Amino acid sequence: MKYIDEYREEGIARSLAARIARRATRPWCLMEICGGQTHTIMRYGLDDLLPAGLRLVHGPGCPVCVTPLETVDRAIEIASRPDVTFVSYGDMLRVPGSKLDLFRVKAAGGDVRVVYSPMDALALARARRGRKVVFFGIGFETTAPANAMAVFQARREGLDNFSMLVSHVLVPPAIRMLLSSPRNLVQGFIAPGHVCTVVGWEEYEALARDFRVPIVVAGFEPADLLESVLMLVAQLEEVRTEVENQYARSVRREGNVAAKDMIGRVFEVCDRKWRGIGTIPGSGLRLRQEFAAHDAEKLFGVGGISAEEPPECISAEVLQGLKRPTDCPVFGLACTPEHPMGAPMVSSEGACAAYYQYRRHSIPREKEA
Amino acid sequence: MCLAVPGKIIDTEEMDGIRLGRVQFGGITRQACLDFVPEAQIGDYVMVHVGFAISRVDEDEAHRTLELLRSLDLLAGELGPPPETP
Ligand code: SF4
Repeated sequence: MKYIDEYREEGIARSLAARIARRATRPWCLMEICGGQTHTIMRYGLDDLLPAGLRLVHGPGCPVCVTPLETVDRAIEIASRPDVTFVSYGDMLRVPGSKLDLFRVKAAGGDVRVVYSPMDALALARARRGRKVVFFGIGFETTAPANAMAVFQARREGLDNFSMLVSHVLVPPAIRMLLSSPRNLVQGFIAPGHVCTVVGWEEYEALARDFRVPIVVAGFEPADLLESVLMLVAQLEEVRTEVENQYARSVRREGNVAAKDMIGRVFEVCDRKWRGIGTIPGSGLRLRQEFAAHDAEKLFGVGGISAEEPPECISAEVLQGLKRPTDCPVFGLACTPEHPMGAPMVSSEGACAAYYQYRRHSIPREKEA
Repeated sequence: MCLAVPGKIIDTEEMDGIRLGRVQFGGITRQACLDFVPEAQIGDYVMVHVGFAISRVDEDEAHRTLELLRSLDLLAGELGPPPETP
């Protein structure tokens, strides 16, 4: 509750919460997929505003967190080469591989750079034709068009010193995996607003139909999230299972056609391993064969590197909403944001890190009905 | 990782076959690729993620969201430092 006081739309949040409480006659379990939304919920204590029976569980929606350990090891292997300038979004630098992280490669003299956009990596490749510039292409559908465009543009300009280590993930196959599990507890989903800004929500209609589950596409602000909870509760109480769009100011049903087109030109769907979860069929994107000249995994022959997760980490269950971070025996002890042992602790958008940042002082605090 | 920041297009140019625009986010100005929002013109507001505009948004909404991101100290982090000259 501490943080909601700082929020100038506190009144709106409280009135939405009151409407949710009036609407919910039974306990329901909802999941937000996106790590940015998890962060907002924790930051503002939105879950504390909800009636006792209404549970929000946190999904696997942090692409930094779910990037597999071996992919981080492959990145480290490439970044350690003297002829390589390795370029990444800042979030990936402190993600631990099995032995090192990219920060330590940089500290040891590796040419590792942080950029805000893949186009900055492309600019580096233009300016330094004698160096092999490798970009770490991770992210969900939101980031895929940007990364695709960088590769497309590299080919168009003949920048043969630019390549990408691709580990893209897709949201709907992960929801399908969660819903197919006999242990699934989730009855409604808050779908990620910026992912859907790019790809639209047609795929979510198939999920709603196949699993008879309501889905609301939502934004990232406190009022967005509470409104989407209200919309999901109304659907559940009325036994409706539709896809509704709370984030109409950015999202259209068909998504962004030009962005989807660019994704399809450069990437193709593949099976992808998710850190902490395992391989999910059809849940990733990789470069098409015609862009093999820009595929760092092939160029540097790192495809064979594999790695195992630490056994103490219960992130598989955390990322599927089956357990809370605080159920983990090493949470906040052996595993902290400074020394993360598993996926959801590595980025501030991971569920374990969000709990650590906002809730570690109020543990134990189970409030389930 | 999936945040997008709303900003106003203040000018546009064509470079290496890409349509670029200077986009203003509160006090910060950054270049963004506009190829995914072909309909967006100077003066329009767009949501920008990792240097790419991914949708057009209404001006009032844009201001509200910007203010929230700023109050959360998320704005600078999301936009990153200005690109270093290679
Ligand atoms: S607290 Fe750490 S070890 Fe436990 S589940 Fe989360 S990431 Fe894994």
